[in-house]
Amino acid sequence: MRVETWRSWLDERLGTEAVREFLRRKEVPIHRHTIWYYFGGMTLFLFVVQVVTGALLLLYYRPSAEAAFESVQFIMTEVEFGWLIRSIHSWSANLMIATLFLHMFSAYFMKAYRPPRELTWVSGTLLLFLALAFGFSGYLLPWNKLAFFATKVGTDIAGDVPVIGPFLLRFLRGGEEVTGATLTRFFGFHVAILPGVMTIVLTLHLILVQRHGMSIPPSLEGTRVRTMPFFPNFLLRDLIGWVLAIGALAALAALFPWGLGEKADPFAPAPAGIKPEWYFLFLFQTLRLLPARVGIFEGEVVGVTLFLLGGLFWMLVPFLDKPTSRGWRGRFFTGLGVFIVLYIAVMTIWGYLA
Amino acid sequence: MRGERRERRRIPRSRLWGGFALVSLVLGGLGATVARAQQAKDSCIECHAALEGPLADPVALMREDIHRARGFSCADCHGGDPRSDDPLAAMDPKKGFVARPPHRAIPALCGRCHSNAEFMKRYNPALRVDQEQEYFTSVHGKRLRAGDTRVATCTSCHGAHGIRSVQHPLSPVYPLNVAETCARCHADAEYMREYRLPHDQYDRYRRSAHARALYDRQDLSAPTCNDCHGNHGAVPPGITSVAHVCGQCHVRQATLFRASPHKAAFDAMGLAECVYCHGNHDVLSPTDEMIGTGEKSVCVSCHPPGDAGYQAAERMRALLDDLSRELERARAILDRAERAGMEVSRAKFELSEARDALTHARVLIHAFSVKEVENVIRPGLEVARRGYHAGERALAELNYRRKGLAVSLLFILFLAALLYLKLREIEGPR
Repeated sequence: MRVETWRSWLDERLGTEAVREFLRRKEVPIHRHTIWYYFGGMTLFLFVVQVVTGALLLLYYRPSAEAAFESVQFIMTEVEFGWLIRSIHSWSANLMIATLFLHMFSAYFMKAYRPPRELTWVSGTLLLFLALAFGFSGYLLPWNKLAFFATKVGTDIAGDVPVIGPFLLRFLRGGEEVTGATLTRFFGFHVAILPGVMTIVLTLHLILVQRHGMSIPPSLEGTRVRTMPFFPNFLLRDLIGWVLAIGALAALAALFPWGLGEKADPFAPAPAGIKPEWYFLFLFQTLRLLPARVGIFEGEVVGVTLFLLGGLFWMLVPFLDKPTSRGWRGRFFTGLGVFIVLYIAVMTIWGYLA
Repeated sequence: MRGERRERRRIPRSRLWGGFALVSLVLGGLGATVARAQQAKDSCIECHAALEGPLADPVALMREDIHRARGFSCADCHGGDPRSDDPLAAMDPKKGFVARPPHRAIPALCGRCHSNAEFMKRYNPALRVDQEQEYFTSVHGKRLRAGDTRVATCTSCHGAHGIRSVQHPLSPVYPLNVAETCARCHADAEYMREYRLPHDQYDRYRRSAHARALYDRQDLSAPTCNDCHGNHGAVPPGITSVAHVCGQCHVRQATLFRASPHKAAFDAMGLAECVYCHGNHDVLSPTDEMIGTGEKSVCVSCHPPGDAGYQAAERMRALLDDLSRELERARAILDRAERAGMEVSRAKFELSEARDALTHARVLIHAFSVKEVENVIRPGLEVARRGYHAGERALAELNYRRKGLAVSLLFILFLAALLYLKLREIEGPR
């Protein structure tokens, strides 16, 4: 009786009965590809882990060239369970990017972007770019040697963007070189600007997912597909995955603590074989393979332009894949997807071994 | 015309060409700067560039020559008249032409400009102008004056044509090339026989710590021949002066040695200070084995067992060994913790204090005072032990984390199992 009283009190003020009703009616299709539905929720869960651990790290982190490295060192050695929080933050970031890629490619191959879910796809690709920006800006924050030079190389590449490149380079670095100003700027991006934008785009993405429900692959369209209630059946499965993810993160943090390396020294020579994080490796390796000049253009400029166009193309896939949007089998885009996955895999392995 | 006929009558054509060839054969460097070539005619370059073989070599070499770059021509050293097309007039001895300046005249020839402060100021004010004077204080210079023309003069080391700045990596007197340049004569057993000099200095030098620093690490400040022997005033440092030579770089060791009781003892015995223990050309990186009473100890060559020096050597060696051992123990445990992923960079950094103490103690050995060495070793030992304890704590923490992980995983798996059972309950047959 008491619970009912509270429920009606809340419903009068917040309209919670509508949400309860929505959850009661929300269903998830059951078929041989259902497993892929869990990766969106897993990415969201890891993002929440990032927010929580990131907020905890903020209690001790100091964003300046003089103090950043020492503050992370302090977190790792002196703060109670600081090592755990920082390692989980780093591992979770990498796992989040990995599950994001899995979620994206599963949505792509299941043609989940077909009408009316075009904007869900567009918002999803925006979330991918934001996650990559999170990774890039966060990598510099410990202010260690590898991060310093990787940021130098990364911002150099940003400087090759046609027309706005030089401006972009100065904007990202806060000057001509990677300095304490870059660190402060990246910190601002990482903890204020990107989370703000991410919240808006993520909210839009989730609203669109709820509005249109789970997409089923085209091959199952027109057939009778079994379903399960989202609440509690699907959510319980999600919960099992999240609990296991916490276990995996704890194991990774305890067995393979995220290293700190040496403090950045702007006057030291760049260490040999410097590489970016694994999720940028395919881009980096491609740029390395390009010749110094392609026709009358600089090789890197051509590479960066192609990647920008590639990103735009990827975002606009729902509008370009006409056969799928008309209900036919879009073999070209499926083949293109396979090619892209193979390309990323080969270039990443090549970049890692090079 | 009449004058020309008279000239032809005096020298037959065949002799004229023979003389020309002979003179040309021994002709030294011919070249001119581009500026000069444009401003004034230079028949030396014109003729010798058209010749082949050794006669053309000076022109080719002069292209890289620092003098040519500064506007000097062949005639500035060889004399003659470069404006004349007539070989005889151009290479007329009456116009000061000298085909090959004699070996013993070389220092004076170079000194004409290089000993002239006012003249050199126009080209390189930083260059010393006493090289010629200094040269004659060297063994080379003294022997040259005495009539020995086999000794080195300016051109032996710097070259005659194609002289490069000492900063040029291809210059024979560039730090990386000096030893090879000296070795051209000093490593030649045949050449050195007359002087009764050893010829293994170069081979020994190449094995030394100095050569490793110079060639392997490309440290151009590392000593090569001229840094100890001097260059223009090259003399072998004697027993009394060799310590001053070493002390130019190893200042602290030299100061400590001079203030130690060994100074008077070495002087009394006529021993060369540094060289007696460390050697000269083949100076090796010193090891702790040099001190103490072991087989490789240099102390035991003078101190018999039981004497005060013998005991001091034994004690100092024990102190060094203690710190080395503690340092190694701390480094090993910190490395182990680091490999396991623990953050021990601060402890490793602090360990550098102990390494510094060990280095300091090794330098202090030159004071031969047990007390001074002990004063430095003791705080070093403290630091090394703190480093070891930091490593122990890191490994204990790692162990604690693993246990904590095992317990956490049990709870996590238990929770996952509960969720699964709940799911089964919901989805089970009703």
